Amino acid sequence: MKLQHKNRLRTVALGALAVSGALVLTACGSDDNSGGGNGGGSGSTKAAGNIKCEGKGQLLASGSSAQKNAMDLWVKNFMAACKGIQINYKPTGSGAGIQEFLQGKTAFAGSDSALKPEEVAKSKEVVKGGQGINLPMVGGPIAIGYNVPGVDNLVLDADTLAKIFDGKIEKWNDEAIAKLNKDAKLPDLKIQPFHRSDESGTTDNFTKYLKGAADKSWPYEPAKAWKAKGGQSADGSAGVSSQVKQTSGAISYFELSYATANSIKTVKLDTGASAPVEATSDNASKAIAEAKIVGTGKDLALKLNYTTKADGAYPITLVTYEVVGDQGNKADTLPATKSFLTYIASQDGQAVLKDLGYAPLPAEIAAKVRETVAGLS
Amino acid sequence: MDITSATAAGPPPAPENGRTVAEQGGGTARVGDRIFLGLSRGSGILLLVIMAAIAVFLTIRAASALSHDEGDFFTTFEWNANATPPVFGIAVLAFGTVVSSVIAMLLAVPVAIGIALFISHYAPRRLAAPLSYVVDLLAAVPSIVYGLWGALFLVPHLSGLYGWLNDYFGWTGVFAYHDGAARSLFTIGILLAIMILPIVTSVSREVFLQAPKMHEEAALALGATRWEVIRMSVLPFGRSGVISASMLGLGRALGETMAVATVLSPSFEIGKSLLDPGGGTFAQNIASSFKESGEIGKDALIASGLVLFVLTLLVNGAARLIIARRKEYTA
Repeated sequence: MKLQHKNRLRTVALGALAVSGALVLTACGSDDNSGGGNGGGSGSTKAAGNIKCEGKGQLLASGSSAQKNAMDLWVKNFMAACKGIQINYKPTGSGAGIQEFLQGKTAFAGSDSALKPEEVAKSKEVVKGGQGINLPMVGGPIAIGYNVPGVDNLVLDADTLAKIFDGKIEKWNDEAIAKLNKDAKLPDLKIQPFHRSDESGTTDNFTKYLKGAADKSWPYEPAKAWKAKGGQSADGSAGVSSQVKQTSGAISYFELSYATANSIKTVKLDTGASAPVEATSDNASKAIAEAKIVGTGKDLALKLNYTTKADGAYPITLVTYEVVGDQGNKADTLPATKSFLTYIASQDGQAVLKDLGYAPLPAEIAAKVRETVAGLS
Repeated sequence: MDITSATAAGPPPAPENGRTVAEQGGGTARVGDRIFLGLSRGSGILLLVIMAAIAVFLTIRAASALSHDEGDFFTTFEWNANATPPVFGIAVLAFGTVVSSVIAMLLAVPVAIGIALFISHYAPRRLAAPLSYVVDLLAAVPSIVYGLWGALFLVPHLSGLYGWLNDYFGWTGVFAYHDGAARSLFTIGILLAIMILPIVTSVSREVFLQAPKMHEEAALALGATRWEVIRMSVLPFGRSGVISASMLGLGRALGETMAVATVLSPSFEIGKSLLDPGGGTFAQNIASSFKESGEIGKDALIASGLVLFVLTLLVNGAARLIIARRKEYTA
């Protein structure tokens, strides 16, 4: 008996050790990842002076996780001003968001890419007499982070990027890279390109850029799933950014906030402008200003100009949309939806984005969005 | 020493139970008996219904995805189920799942048998009990914790081993290693081996403890060494038990999700080398693709789940066949 008791004690001790060890491990794990979330969730909480509250009750929305941090702050600010409205945005991913919207479960969806034609067709069944439209709301630069010892100011162009991510350029001291970086001491190191292993709007937008700006070197069609062969992969922006952080010779793409949070160096892009362009919120806004509106009617889907040569325009940019019905929205959620969308498209709403590493919409496009939101019915 | 622990761990002695059941069964069935019969029959049927429901659900959803697939479901090296048109195939996933599980089995089963024999026949009792607790404790660690451990500790420490394998076995092609993080199918195999160790060990241990004492003592009396006793009476008796334990472990290895998703560097190609990053498994692919999937994408993942379901059924069926055949020898 005594012996058994002792054993049990020992097991308990061992168990405690294992549990605390596991806790330490998970703590490390989440430390690595959570840093990527944002620069500071608290951000600047602008006073609620300009928020108009209409409607009440609960507003359900879901979709893109890329706009999660922006949504969190918007929802916080909005609900502080409008006590009667409760907004619940679930960052389930663009695909799931659109699906839930098309099933009529949510008032609006967040999506990294505009609705496809068949999705528009389906949306007509949900919003009676209208159709689903895309409202651009948040922009953000996709930074190209790299980890090359001794190289601080790496400049690349679209063609070189495409060849690196397609495995055609294998060493950091390759001629194509050396030509763009005359002053840098490039090491004889293997390039380890990392891509996302999960399907992602970031991959979709990055490959759209590669296809748009380096058609000859990037033979694959843009998609949410990575299509090129070779290279390594990791799950989520947090996953790829932490791999870049710890792997010598690595290069990958993720939202800018992950680069700042992990202090990863980012590539300056040689777009043909007078100077190489850095990935910043301002530069992304400038690139969005070059975009064309391709949606018809009230739809404001954007087509970015990936080959822009404008000074200071950073073209690897992600624009995320809110998807709503242009008319025929449900009567009980419409007022609240309209007042929330009006707030996030307003100057106040857009101004808070910069602190989170996102790019506010250019004035002209923001004005169009506000006009469209006002006309929702 | 061994005898007491064997009776303590084993089921209650059979003869008593056998007699009471026989006595009751002989007369007119009592109410309690009938209720118990109903309950157990109901449970049995419920199990069949659940399995059938899962199979029907998987088949229906899979069928709708397969009708949209532009590639060959079994041979395409690509997973683009959300693109228009959708193209997806399970070749890489099936390869990765089977290969990583086989590696895990090759590594885990011998070690597990060794631990089980040590606990049941060699270790002093003071050591045996805590050791078996520790092994069982491994099963209680959540798989995401294994994933974190694998990603943060195992992967950085494996490059030395892989370098060595490359130096001596690189010429085979299978063990060629080209620098970089060791996030490969072989690493997954090692991780899975650790994860399936507790189940294989504890079932084997129980089986070894049940080996008839009379056989062992008779062998000892004839002058056999400890190893000869184990080889002649314990191992043959425990063989079917070890096989079914291994199959339980294999089942876990085939379906492991989070640890694989955390450690592996998935890609849709089959490399010649097991040590280079790449590959993928069914469960890992479902976990990482599910979030952003549209309707067809989800159905495609369910189709891949159906293949995993069938694969596990086949493995379990094969195990049953082997065990059934072995029983004749041991009984």
